[in-house]
Amino acid sequence: MDVLYGIPLIGLLFQLIAYLVQVLPLIAPIIVVLATPIALGAMCGFMNERSGVVNIGIEGMMLSAAFTGWVAAATMTALFPGQTPIAGFFGATPALVVGLLVAIATGMLVSVAHAWLSISVRADQIISGTIINIVAVGATGYLNILISGTAPPTAGSFRAWVPPKELMDLPYVGWLFDAFLNQGPIVLTMLVMAVVLQVLLFRSRWGLRTRAVGEHPKAAETVGVDVIRLRYRNVILGGIFAGLAGAWFTLEYGNSFQGGMTNGRGFIALAALIFGRWTPIGGLGAALLFTSSEAIGTAIRFQPPSGELAQLGDLLSGVPSQVFSALPYLVTIIVLAGVVGRSLPPAAVGKPYQRESVS
Amino acid sequence: MTEPQTSATAVVAPSLEMRGITKRYPGVVANDHIDLTVRPGEIHALLGENGAGKSTLMNILYGLAKPDEGEILLDGQQVDISGPTDAIRRGINMVHQHFMLIPVLTVAENILLGEEELRGRIFLDRRESRRRIRELGERFGFDIDPDEKVGRLSVGWQQRVEILKALYRDARILVLDEPTAVLTPQETEEIFAVLRRLAQDGHSIVFISHKLYEVMAIADRITVIRRGKVVGERLPSATDEDDLAELMVGREVQLTVDRGISHPGDVVLDVRGLEVRNDRGRTVVHGVDLQVRAGEILGIAGVAGNGQDELVEAITGLRRPATGSVTLAGEDVAGSSPRELHDRGIAFVPADRHRYGCILSWSIADNLVLNDYHNEPYSRGVVMDEQAMRERALEAIAQFDIRTPGPNVPMGTLSGGNQQKVVVARELDRDVRLLVLDQPTRGLDVGSVESIHRLTIAKRDSGTAVLLVSAELDEVLELSDRIAVMYRGRIVAVVDGRTAQRDEVGLLMATGGATTPTPTGGATPTPAGDAAR
Repeated sequence: MDVLYGIPLIGLLFQLIAYLVQVLPLIAPIIVVLATPIALGAMCGFMNERSGVVNIGIEGMMLSAAFTGWVAAATMTALFPGQTPIAGFFGATPALVVGLLVAIATGMLVSVAHAWLSISVRADQIISGTIINIVAVGATGYLNILISGTAPPTAGSFRAWVPPKELMDLPYVGWLFDAFLNQGPIVLTMLVMAVVLQVLLFRSRWGLRTRAVGEHPKAAETVGVDVIRLRYRNVILGGIFAGLAGAWFTLEYGNSFQGGMTNGRGFIALAALIFGRWTPIGGLGAALLFTSSEAIGTAIRFQPPSGELAQLGDLLSGVPSQVFSALPYLVTIIVLAGVVGRSLPPAAVGKPYQRESVS
Repeated sequence: MTEPQTSATAVVAPSLEMRGITKRYPGVVANDHIDLTVRPGEIHALLGENGAGKSTLMNILYGLAKPDEGEILLDGQQVDISGPTDAIRRGINMVHQHFMLIPVLTVAENILLGEEELRGRIFLDRRESRRRIRELGERFGFDIDPDEKVGRLSVGWQQRVEILKALYRDARILVLDEPTAVLTPQETEEIFAVLRRLAQDGHSIVFISHKLYEVMAIADRITVIRRGKVVGERLPSATDEDDLAELMVGREVQLTVDRGISHPGDVVLDVRGLEVRNDRGRTVVHGVDLQVRAGEILGIAGVAGNGQDELVEAITGLRRPATGSVTLAGEDVAGSSPRELHDRGIAFVPADRHRYGCILSWSIADNLVLNDYHNEPYSRGVVMDEQAMRERALEAIAQFDIRTPGPNVPMGTLSGGNQQKVVVARELDRDVRLLVLDQPTRGLDVGSVESIHRLTIAKRDSGTAVLLVSAELDEVLELSDRIAVMYRGRIVAVVDGRTAQRDEVGLLMATGGATTPTPTGGATPTPAGDAAR
């Protein structure tokens, strides 16, 4: 290997590859965990945009759900202290389950508002999304200050499922099972739903109709597809994914709420949606790519390349750590600038549909 | 109403009968006691000008509008059609003028939509639907690949997909709204063959059109409507085009304007080696050379989407050409702004009058000075002179016969023909060197077409060079002194306008001069072309 690593410049590339092979199994679980809210947000966007509705309010939907889910779980804990986790079920307590349901309901409820504004009122959908984002930051921030005075008890958080040890100990691929299966319920739901939605989009009647309505609603209407109803349904169901993403923040990844904690992930989700060409699996892939750049940055800080790879380590140690924190955003900008080739949105996205006047 | 002619089929109940259909909108009676009877296996043409009430009648049949009076009978049974879904369920299908197809979906997906065959209640049964589509295609004589993306098909094949869509839904009554508007003569012939086969098979076809010779060629019977009323029913064997035109318009019309003799002078517009890219950066005009002389009309024929839009935009300053030169009366003007070109004597009537030709929410007076508002007498310094604009408007209204209550009426309230007259009035009411007309009569009634054609010829006779672009081959044939045929971004032939044969030009439009027409991948289809802008 020394021979390869010794080549000027190209040797560094080999060193980088070797380093990635070395650290990937270690950072893969956290990559999947961090990709979850982004992938779920992209799925929410997918449900909206494929049926022709722009949704830039995913961030606000997530934040609202994170807050209400956490408040509901904390309130349940305060009212009924001493809850015991349901055995073998992700360490779920009744409080956590209630919190999760409330978060999902919140995502759906905010989506109802978005659907009403953009489908029935035919308001500008960008404005509708912006309103959701602004109101979510303001309302959750304010309510959080009010509540934190009373110091609510923590409801804890969901725990990871532990897959059979034999699976994770498999040579070469075991770490993949560890990364993808040794996870909490929201991460696992996200992974399953990415596959399910992908299959449904291209193979089911719902998928065909959704694609048609997002491309040419009038054509769909003339063959008897109810455009308005399908859009409402998809936007509201899309809220489930924003709700799950919100719950991930306060009930699975963490166990408390801070104002503005979604920290732009709802917008990164939109980038992932575009990068993934408006497909669920594509969105998941993009989310994984975005978070791996962050995770690799962290790995370099805490376990820099050494030994045979010292040359690479020396080089990277000179790079300020902020560069790695900024990487996902840089990747997003590069992606949005169209470096991955043209990714064409559904043709009718953002255009309110007006039914022909029946008089 | 009584049948004007009896024939052997009259004993069978008509597959469709509309009796005394009346539909009133505020201020107008769109349909006034209209009767329409269509027998099984009959191709029935519904002939009338834009705004005569054809669309209203068909919307009623399709359940999109409720009649105020009258009844609809299918196979002798009275029915109440509640909406498009109900109409489809009863075997009535409509092929819309603007195709209701989704370019990014496959042929099969487009046909299936709304009528999906399912496996396990959720999933599409793609194998079964493919089989049914192939079978239908074979039965009616067109072999189509169900997995091809519709956006890649030529317009003629897209129309076949629309017809297949109807047949897939077991349509017995097929309504085609202006089906040939975007087709070449050859494609039209092919579609007619399909329609005849469908009629033989017992389908009833309602063929909506305002093109007389087509109606004469395809129809078994013709119903003419004007201003919401049936004004006559004819058999093609017992009528001719002049008779139909008079019925349709209500007065004697000159179907073709006499173009007279042209006296070409110096070259006014000289385009050489012009290459133009579209919005996606693809070169869509490849090395075009063309010259237009003073006092002649050069017509550009071509199926929509073969680079004409971009060519016109490059000449009128709306798009910067990639390479090549555009010379106007000896001066290089490539890349000049529209205003510079206007000042150098170019007048331009754009194809999409709503988007580029006028501002619908503004008054006629304002629209008439859109290209000249910054000059005397309309502007003095920074102040505009309302009075001068008003006088100008009154003058134009009188001169161009614009039907309007007054000069301050918003453009949007005028009919299409009158809107176009305002645009033409603005562009033509001054001395220009070059007049560029892009689809100048699209969607206009026969009367407005006639007057715009007359104005064009008058302008030519006064020594203006005219460049006419039109997807309506007849218009090009009728007006042009020379015809350039555009195919896939190239001028493939220039022929004499007086001796050109319809079929010959049509074949050039469809194939660019190659021997065999290709079913797919020909012209960029219109829907995709529109979306690109």
